[in-house]
Amino acid sequence: MSVVVSGAWQGRVRGGADSGHMRNSAIAVSGLRKAYGDKTVLDGIDLDVPAGTVFSLLGPNGAGKTTTVNVLTTLMKADGGTVRVAGHDVATEATAVRAAIGVTGQFAAVDDLLTGQENLQLMADLHHLRADEGKRVVTSLLARFDLAESAQKMAATYSGGMRRKLDLAMTLVTRPQIIFLDEPTTGLDPRSRRTMWNIVRELVADGVTVFLTTQNLEEADHLAGRIAVLDQGHLVAEGTPDELKRQVPGSHVRLQFTDAGELAAAARVLTGSTRDDEDLTLQVPGDGRAKSLRALLNRLDEHSIDVAEFSVHTPDLDDVFLALTGHASTEEAIAR
Amino acid sequence: MSTISAPLTDSRITLRRNLKHIFRNPVTIFNGTLMPVVLMLLLVYVFGSAFNVGEHYVEYATPGLILLAITYGLAGTAISVNSDMTKGIINRFKVMNVSRGAVLTGHVVATMLSSSVAIAVIIGMAFALGFRSPATVGDWLGAIGIIAAAAFAAAWLTVALGMAAKTPESAGLIVVPLIILPFLSSAIVPAAKMGQGVRQFAQYQPFTPIIESLRGLLAGTPSGGYAAAALAWCAGIALVGYLWSLATFNRRA
Repeated sequence: MSVVVSGAWQGRVRGGADSGHMRNSAIAVSGLRKAYGDKTVLDGIDLDVPAGTVFSLLGPNGAGKTTTVNVLTTLMKADGGTVRVAGHDVATEATAVRAAIGVTGQFAAVDDLLTGQENLQLMADLHHLRADEGKRVVTSLLARFDLAESAQKMAATYSGGMRRKLDLAMTLVTRPQIIFLDEPTTGLDPRSRRTMWNIVRELVADGVTVFLTTQNLEEADHLAGRIAVLDQGHLVAEGTPDELKRQVPGSHVRLQFTDAGELAAAARVLTGSTRDDEDLTLQVPGDGRAKSLRALLNRLDEHSIDVAEFSVHTPDLDDVFLALTGHASTEEAIAR
Repeated sequence: MSTISAPLTDSRITLRRNLKHIFRNPVTIFNGTLMPVVLMLLLVYVFGSAFNVGEHYVEYATPGLILLAITYGLAGTAISVNSDMTKGIINRFKVMNVSRGAVLTGHVVATMLSSSVAIAVIIGMAFALGFRSPATVGDWLGAIGIIAAAAFAAAWLTVALGMAAKTPESAGLIVVPLIILPFLSSAIVPAAKMGQGVRQFAQYQPFTPIIESLRGLLAGTPSGGYAAAALAWCAGIALVGYLWSLATFNRRA
């Protein structure tokens, strides 16, 4: 049997215990609290992100992800706790923190009325790069992010994916050691999302620390060495993607039948499955791989069982939430 | 890069950005210029002869129209400042350690430059419509000083209002009172001719001393009292606008 390592896992950097001997924290948060009026948004958050790793803060809308990023990037003052970024206290050494970080917010903060090149040049100017140095940085970022062709077009004409790329390129002009990405792929099509993931992996390969927030478990799984799950201002879990997924019910196949007889027959054949007599469905646990799916279908075929509908369900953020908090993330998002 | 020159350099960089915005979206400067010109034509040719102001109407109305040329351009600034705020541009600048206030100064100077285009058009129109002034070079310099002070104050207040607004749309509306105020001053007709209540308001609101001091200077009869009141109002409004916008800049993320 051959072991295939898919491209998605290459360049992945794992933090945590196995890199313990060189452990210096890029981000160290302890007891972070933040409230808006009497509404507590962050209720005692502790985080530790080793330098050179990708750390993902996973949670639904309203969990407090953006507030966390705002405090960590000096944009907002915490109400309690200590936050050190790049070894500096965000409250008392904001200038030093800012010199070490770059932030790409939830909405692409590009200037629509400037061209892609002018947007980057603006960053180079404000960072007080020498003219020739600035020009060199701008040209290389345009090439690296595949934006050279559109460099002379106004950012207003860019697609969502291009805007995100330009946004991130602008963040990189200052060569930050630590980059905060607040939901960098929300609203992007799958292809642009893949491109963004590749860019993040390249950054980490260059030694940058990435703090990433996302609502998407798959994204955190692909990119992060460690994931923390945030729910209503509390961290409900933290660990490597594998540790986290172990706490979540695995993927399953859902079979829909048209009559109770077929359902009963299938339930007898597929031991270990869970039947729902009202919905006429059967949930069969599995790993979601093609091989086991084929085996399952063959088995149904051998017994001439007629399945009306067939769907494969892989664990997503909702499952993580349900498993960790006992309530669904979507309900929470709506309740807020 | 020395730390002393950084705020100036940063302001120059952000000003260049704001000027690019104005040139690439000229509809705002066009609106700010066109409305006062239309008003001027209406007032001088249509209503002017009905107003008994005791002098040639174009000479009476020009100082007020100069102020309107400032205020009509402010909506564009408020919207542009608010877009920077709500679309994350200001957060980006903050995290880059851009000098405090440089972003705001860029908006203020750009607003004053676009106002000066509208003012130049209005003054040119006034002369074409028969405006004549016995003012000396000194009077003209004084008038330019008052106009610059008024534009400066209006720009800082507008930046503060634009930053405080929730959305770009509401930022465009929030400056409407600034556009209405000159009409409730001695800009179009003397305050003494207004009704009870409105008259007192017109007499004591900031636009009246600004317009009256301008009117005196352009008529060659400068009044120290009006000029002092005008400059005091402008300094006060500019200071409030500056402090308010800096506070919002530092607080809002």
